[in-house]
Amino acid sequence: MVVTAIRQEVTVSALPPQIAFADVTLDLGGRTIIENLSLGVRPGEFLCIVGASGCGKTTALRLAAGLYQPTSGKVNFDGQPMTHPRREIAIVFQDYGKALLPWRNAAGNVSLALEAAGMPAARRPARIEELLRTVGLPGHAGKYPTEMSGGMQQRLQIARCLAQEPKTLLMDEPFGALDAMTRQGLQDEVLALVAASGASVIFVTHDLDEAIYLGDRVVGLLPHPGRIGIELTVNLPRPRDQLSTRETPEFLRLRRQLFDFIKATES
Amino acid sequence: MNLGNAKDKVKALVLPLALLLAFEAWARASDLQSDSLAPPSAIITALAGAFADLSILAATRDTLFSAFTGLALGSMIGLAFGIAFGISDVLNRLMEVTIEAIRPIPSIALLPIALIALGFGYRMEILIVAFACVWPVLILSRAAVRGIEPRLIEVSRALRLPGAQRVWKIIIPAALPRIFVAFRLSAGIALIVAVTVEIAINPLGLGAGIMLAQQALRPDLMLAYLVWIGIIGYALNILLVVAQHRLFGRAALSGDSP
Repeated sequence: MVVTAIRQEVTVSALPPQIAFADVTLDLGGRTIIENLSLGVRPGEFLCIVGASGCGKTTALRLAAGLYQPTSGKVNFDGQPMTHPRREIAIVFQDYGKALLPWRNAAGNVSLALEAAGMPAARRPARIEELLRTVGLPGHAGKYPTEMSGGMQQRLQIARCLAQEPKTLLMDEPFGALDAMTRQGLQDEVLALVAASGASVIFVTHDLDEAIYLGDRVVGLLPHPGRIGIELTVNLPRPRDQLSTRETPEFLRLRRQLFDFIKATES
Repeated sequence: MNLGNAKDKVKALVLPLALLLAFEAWARASDLQSDSLAPPSAIITALAGAFADLSILAATRDTLFSAFTGLALGSMIGLAFGIAFGISDVLNRLMEVTIEAIRPIPSIALLPIALIALGFGYRMEILIVAFACVWPVLILSRAAVRGIEPRLIEVSRALRLPGAQRVWKIIIPAALPRIFVAFRLSAGIALIVAVTVEIAINPLGLGAGIMLAQQALRPDLMLAYLVWIGIIGYALNILLVVAQHRLFGRAALSGDSP
């Protein structure tokens, strides 16, 4: 058992990274936001990025999305340089209220991604219904974002991202604005969705427990300018459980290590 | 609440009505003989007469045709440029000096040129109205496009929405409430400019009607035209405000996108 586990680990590590940051530096407005960042995300891997505010977490995610171009260094996707955003990479923004089109209902918002991908109109309704069911919003197709709770709006944004059939899902503090119960529910749903789709994930959060609970690997960034300060591999069994996983000694050990790191960066 | 509003409206009418009555009484008492003033009763009679011989309706048709055609033309041009300048910083910077140089030209100052180029008639008037209507729509729609939630633009980029779809599905709907405010503004301007052109030179419409009445020494008819133009302007604004409410709800009135 132990041997096979290690072998699996080796084969996963041997895969070429799907998204690779090679010595990436980004200057914005005369300030260096990110400096010499090298980072790889393997296919199917769940990578969490944590760090104090202003450490460039969100900026790193925008680089991975192709929304920013590095000042120097390279960001590659499947071995090709990211010169622009790609449909295989979907991004879930933190401020769901701003990222959804208020003049379109739930079905219309999901449809936008399908329209962008050029799916014929006749095939869209069935796909939209399927996606809304996947994220737990069946029967809400006709609702407008303003008529939905925060949790429902974030589910809707996730549905739109899944409509892209992404190979990589980028998530920018997606649950930061939600209450604790909604957040835990969505954490488990995202883990299940990701496991089912096989997509790799880069998940930015300031919640250290969330990072360990979700991630295969957690990277902690140092601020001013953003660079890697710590990298932890999370060897917690899957599927994870909100209660038992969080009570394991390994979880607590990682939690302590990460808290110490953040504390040190803030002092 | 509604009752209070109705009461307030009645109260607001009391003073103007009292003034009109006082004016009427004074005009009768003093046996008013004037080339510029006429008692309200005479104005109403003249207005009724102008309706009876259909002359004011024909004039209204001419003025509104020119005003609306010019408004449509000017708004479309203003909207196209406003969106283009709002999207492209480079384009905006290239054109900024040109725009700022042309914009302050009073539209009516184009009259001599337009007259030489197009002669009397609808076309000349439409051109001048269109020129006046371009600017509010251009400036406000440019600001509206620039003010669009940047997250929506990022979403459209992340989805790789093609350029035309990005304009049609994201930018125009997001900016529409504020673009409509600009359109309302331009509609008022269109009416003013159309009547001005008619008063100045074009033998058409309500403005020409006023001039004709003045030259015929008919102050009652002249003032009847004036009252009618006021009613049209008022009605037009109410119509557009109602449309704005219907289309965009409360959000539109503050000029924000919903």
